[in-house]
Amino acid sequence: MKRKMTKAEKTEARWCWFFIAPTMIGLVVLNFYPIINTVWQSFCETGDFGRGNTFVGLKNYIDVLSGGEFWISLWNTFKYALIEVPFSVCIALVLAVLLNRKMRGRSVYRTIYFLPMVAAPAAVAMVWKWLFNQQYGLLNHIFGTDTAWISDPKIAWVSIGIIGVWSILGYNMVLMIGGLQEIPRDYYEAASIDGATGIRQFFYVTIPLLSPTIFFIVQTRIIGALQQFDLIYMVMDTSNPALGKVETVVPVFYRYAFTYGNKGCGATFVILLLLVILALTVLCQKAEKKWVFYN
Amino acid sequence: MRKEKCNAVLIHVILILMAFVMIVPFLWMLLTAFKTISEATSVNPFVILPSSWKFDSFKNVWKSYNFLVLYKNTLLMIFFRVVCAVLTATMAGYAFGRMKFPGKNVAFALVMIQMMVPGQIFIIPQYVMVSKLGMLNKMFALVFPGMVTAFGTFLLKTSFQGLSKDMEEAAMVDGCNYGQRFLLIMAPLTRSAMISLGIFTAVFAFKDLMWPMIVCSESAKTTLSAALAKMQGQFSSNYPELMAAALMACLPMIVIYVIFQKQFVEGIATSGGKL
Repeated sequence: MKRKMTKAEKTEARWCWFFIAPTMIGLVVLNFYPIINTVWQSFCETGDFGRGNTFVGLKNYIDVLSGGEFWISLWNTFKYALIEVPFSVCIALVLAVLLNRKMRGRSVYRTIYFLPMVAAPAAVAMVWKWLFNQQYGLLNHIFGTDTAWISDPKIAWVSIGIIGVWSILGYNMVLMIGGLQEIPRDYYEAASIDGATGIRQFFYVTIPLLSPTIFFIVQTRIIGALQQFDLIYMVMDTSNPALGKVETVVPVFYRYAFTYGNKGCGATFVILLLLVILALTVLCQKAEKKWVFYN
Repeated sequence: MRKEKCNAVLIHVILILMAFVMIVPFLWMLLTAFKTISEATSVNPFVILPSSWKFDSFKNVWKSYNFLVLYKNTLLMIFFRVVCAVLTATMAGYAFGRMKFPGKNVAFALVMIQMMVPGQIFIIPQYVMVSKLGMLNKMFALVFPGMVTAFGTFLLKTSFQGLSKDMEEAAMVDGCNYGQRFLLIMAPLTRSAMISLGIFTAVFAFKDLMWPMIVCSESAKTTLSAALAKMQGQFSSNYPELMAAALMACLPMIVIYVIFQKQFVEGIATSGGKL
């Protein structure tokens, strides 16, 4: 390998470094230094008013893992994901199958379903909070109920999950349509000759052939759901009695790092979140080998 | 034949119902924004349509929250982020996609690692950096974390790899150096990937809530998203005004989206879940 580079190769390499320099410098300053710094921070204690950093070893980890807050917020995160991911994926799948044909108004439907993706989550959260309002909200009026959608500790997590499903549905659907269009028509023709109709075709042709796309969406949505912040921060006031049953890991991290100014604990929270995400990614890769069908 | 027609009708019914569910929150936002507080909070009778279409709530919010400044801040942040992201990612994407150099694999591995790590891990040190530079509540702070993009680099690299060799070789024979080849021949061919990245970056920057809240807490320096969060905290019961603010914050993006919906859907969908 230790041969000398020719002149042309040297020129090429010099140009390359010029081309990638802005990105690489940016990544090092904005991302790689911060990763190392966050890891280091998680071993340090922040003094009062965010001043001073003293190395305290594993103290933050012991505090965070032995206190209830991390485990509760992690459990809340899973509860949120348990609603958002399956429902948004299943509904999106049905809609994608229905829309994947020549029909009138196809692009109008797609535009409407995708609309929440371009709305600011802060605004989305505000309007849903208003829809869920116990006294004056539209939902209680339509259903004739008196439900405290977002302040009843028993159901608030479902309400937040509904907002999550509504927000991400159209996005999942667009990805599914992309996947559906790659399935060759021959498979459906063969299935019809064998006598399989609508529903059977859906389960025996569409689902297996779409499984790589479905798997990809499920995996990215699980990771996305674990990082949920905007909805919970905006919908759940600090005085909301249901907050403790809903608040996920990232809002708790935000509270520690920026409201309390306790960067050590905040850093510990994100490092633990990183570990959870890595573990889930490994699990997903294992599941992929088992269930996903690649032809 | 008749059965097929029945099916088609059924499908449309399902799709229209679903479209209704998707649109109701936006509709309710609009209707509430035009109501008076007493109309919005009237239970018996429940008011659906406002009695008159007055813009009072919009005017109040516009003035008390200085929306013009918020629009300007948000627009500038989006502009700078898009320019920086597209420029750096296209340059790096070209080098990664079409050239050979020592250390390429290591450098690209760094790009991939950034894409796999959850974004919250960068935030505390980024905040400390911005704060030490004395840049809190400045435009620089809003743009700072979006100056380069690992995802964009990856996207443009893939796009450059898909181009044929002929054009580039012809340019080389004509004596173009790498800079000319990149600028005049290759970069224009990846236009659609650049547009996707630009739209993705713009929407992502527009929707981001946590970062502007952290670095730009002053009302006059922040973005639409973060300003909404602030408003909700301040007058949480004046629903017409809150809805007017939410609507004004979202409307420009929604209008642009409806006009360029094809590019938007593609641009955001290529992000592969990184939203």
